[in-house]
Amino acid sequence: MTGARRSARRLLPLGVLSLLALVPLTFEQYKLYVASLTLVYLVMAIGLNLTLGYAGQISLAHGAFMAFGSYAVAILGQRGAPFELGVGLGAALGFAWGLLVGFPALKVKHHFLAMVTLGFNIIVFLVLRNWEWLTGGSFGISGIARPAWGAISFQSDRAYYLYMLAWAAIVVASAYWILTSRWGRAFRAIRENEMRAEALGVSLRNYKLMAFAIGAAYAGVGGALFAPLLGYIDPGAYTLDRSIQFLMMVVMGGLGRFEGPFIGAILVTVLPEVLRASEGLYLVIYALAVMLMMLFMPRGLVGVWDWVLARLGPAPAARAPLAPPPDAARLG
Amino acid sequence: MTDLFQLLVAGISIGSIYAMTAIGFVLLWQTSNTINFAQGEFVVLPAFAMVLFWMVFRLPFAAALLATVLLSTFLLGFLVRRFLVARLLQTGVLPLVIATIGLSLFIRYSLQQFWTPLALPFPPLFSRVPMRLGTLLLSWEELMNVLFAGAAIGALHLFISRTKLGWAMQAVAQNRTLATVLGIDVGRLVTITFVLNAALTAMAAILIAPVYLVKYDIGIGLGLKAFYAAIIGGFNQIRGALLGGLLVGIVETLAAAYVSGQFRDAAALVILIAVLLWKPEGLWGVKEEWAS
Amino acid sequence: MSLLEIDDLTKHFFRLSALSQVSLRVERGDLLGVIGPNGSGKTTLFNCVTGVLRPSGGQVRFKGEDITGLSADRVHRRGIARTFQLIQLFPEMTVLENMLLAAQEREGTLLGRLLRREGGAAAGRALELLDYLGIAGLRDQLAANLSYGQQKLLDFGMALMSRPEVILLDEPLAGVNPTMIKSLVGHIQALNAQGHTFVIIEHNMEVVMSLCRRIVVLSQGERIAEGTPVEVADDPLVLDAYFGR
Repeated sequence: MTGARRSARRLLPLGVLSLLALVPLTFEQYKLYVASLTLVYLVMAIGLNLTLGYAGQISLAHGAFMAFGSYAVAILGQRGAPFELGVGLGAALGFAWGLLVGFPALKVKHHFLAMVTLGFNIIVFLVLRNWEWLTGGSFGISGIARPAWGAISFQSDRAYYLYMLAWAAIVVASAYWILTSRWGRAFRAIRENEMRAEALGVSLRNYKLMAFAIGAAYAGVGGALFAPLLGYIDPGAYTLDRSIQFLMMVVMGGLGRFEGPFIGAILVTVLPEVLRASEGLYLVIYALAVMLMMLFMPRGLVGVWDWVLARLGPAPAARAPLAPPPDAARLG
Repeated sequence: MTDLFQLLVAGISIGSIYAMTAIGFVLLWQTSNTINFAQGEFVVLPAFAMVLFWMVFRLPFAAALLATVLLSTFLLGFLVRRFLVARLLQTGVLPLVIATIGLSLFIRYSLQQFWTPLALPFPPLFSRVPMRLGTLLLSWEELMNVLFAGAAIGALHLFISRTKLGWAMQAVAQNRTLATVLGIDVGRLVTITFVLNAALTAMAAILIAPVYLVKYDIGIGLGLKAFYAAIIGGFNQIRGALLGGLLVGIVETLAAAYVSGQFRDAAALVILIAVLLWKPEGLWGVKEEWAS
Repeated sequence: MSLLEIDDLTKHFFRLSALSQVSLRVERGDLLGVIGPNGSGKTTLFNCVTGVLRPSGGQVRFKGEDITGLSADRVHRRGIARTFQLIQLFPEMTVLENMLLAAQEREGTLLGRLLRREGGAAAGRALELLDYLGIAGLRDQLAANLSYGQQKLLDFGMALMSRPEVILLDEPLAGVNPTMIKSLVGHIQALNAQGHTFVIIEHNMEVVMSLCRRIVVLSQGERIAEGTPVEVADDPLVLDAYFGR
């Protein structure tokens, strides 16, 4: 029973992804755009979930790290570089700045990181707005090209959607690898008991920095994918509000759970559509939901999923580890 | 020279309002480990309340002031503590942080939706006709801001250093476990701190309203500056928040005058980063060490 | 050269001195007891040796190398493991994961821990140890769901997991029922006979006296006596420290 449950759990993200892969291709333009946006959010949320959910390092700079990716793609694109180079540069910039921002922040106690990253997001916004020759200032950059491989062009919305899907798959697979490696275990150990983790040889500095920088690198990738979606970017898309939105997304989905970002990303793109009738009230309802969620369901909506799974198979309610336990037969 | 002096007074004036907000923020952290991301909105809501009582209901100024402080302490002090914080204190710092972010969005966008997305004018409380001292021009508004903020902070200081409740608050801030063992009712102290914070932010609201006008989103900037002030000064010290607030006010005023208006908001950030790199516990903070 | 050498180790908190100029030697294969009244500095001694606290003065050498003031993770990677007075586990991780974490940092490189999958050897050792301690059946339970005694055993197992050269046990028997005390003491003795080195803080005098070959007595942060159980029990200074004047 546990085995079936565990494999069901591991297959869920795959199942959701393949569904996502097929269904939106039949959508009309606007819905396809919403689905594409969901992929961007998914990539962003996976990064933040790694940083916050697994390693317990709060980041309010994910909007800024996203900007690195978007601007890398836009600026390199203007100069004729291939799109993938921009994605790579975005990820690298995210990683490097993640290290730089994370380093001083680690010296201060726990949640001060929230404020350091918050400040960083504001600085990046100001720089984007004022560094006009490079970033186009408040007007931003328009005419951002979509990728093309020789004769194959990802110009159409459907083709670009498939292209994004491939990147999302890479992100999901690499995140799965990291989280099931010994790094993932060290991240969770730090989140759960920092003092004991350190006393067992876990270098808090190294792992916290890595968790932070990797999350930021994923944000860079997400930003790179986002830029050609509308073909136009400006600093207003990378504000502190955006970072807070990502934070909420991860929390609503379920912190420290692999399924969390999937649920969060879908929720954040679908909810506004559902609540569209209420217009401006959307944010009020959203904020209220966040508070209620923290009060009554601090583990996020993934709890609902667990509940469903528990009905399907009468397995013990213990939350299974990500990694399947090694084969006991190999003992010897 | 006279320019510089006038700018300093202006900086201290706005800085003293930041300081009030920052001190409340630090108090919450000390007694309840709450990082209140809604601190900016804790200023905005009373500002709207003041508009309601004074300009819409046309109550006399003193009555409107009293009503505002009462409403603020009830809503933002008592209710928030009772329904949000009490439960979340048991689940750890992170859910509480996120809940306060939710609270800030809730207050901000409720005001926008249910009242107005526009800036409401707020009449000056003190004469804006400048006072002439030799070659110096000083505004009454700035001087009175400093005076009122100084009085509020002074009263708070007396409360904390001279009363039994204040001593208990200090004890909780220093060592929660020990304070509990000594028979201090930590829960009640947390409530008192929330009420005190709400009173502080209500007073800050009344002072800042004529300066900034009353708009649903001014809390974002105010909250940030309170954060900066608290971190710059040192999170575990009330005098740290006071000095941090003044520093932020002075530096941003000078930066706006001598560099550029655009640089105003970035100035505080520059100090913040310098402090974090060079003295992460804050300029007047105390290093903490794990007790065994 | 002794395995672990502590010289004049001192720790002040504000003006209070929790530890003043404590010196002691731990030889390979030792089973050393550290006793003393409450607040005598035993745990502070452990914390200063293992890098949880930074000592105010003195020196700690491990296999001849100065390790004073190293961070806790570095101290552990050199081969000093410890348990805590209040059990410290990773509650939302399974028993097996707790064990595996305890060993993963001692060998290999940081990057290797990301790029290479963990071999079966670590899991094999973890299961062997869990089996030895009699909690192998709980391997997939969350640590939070274990009983106090089981947690205590897991805690002990985690200290052994990385094959440390010296193990500091901070009150391993506190709050444990008599049957469990018996089995834990048996484990410690057997492991010691195999060559494991232990330093134990313990309040249960009966156990300490029978278990340890050598005992150090701390009182008010100072070392007041050292010797065999019999010598220590007869020392007037020790009686004075425990029973006061």
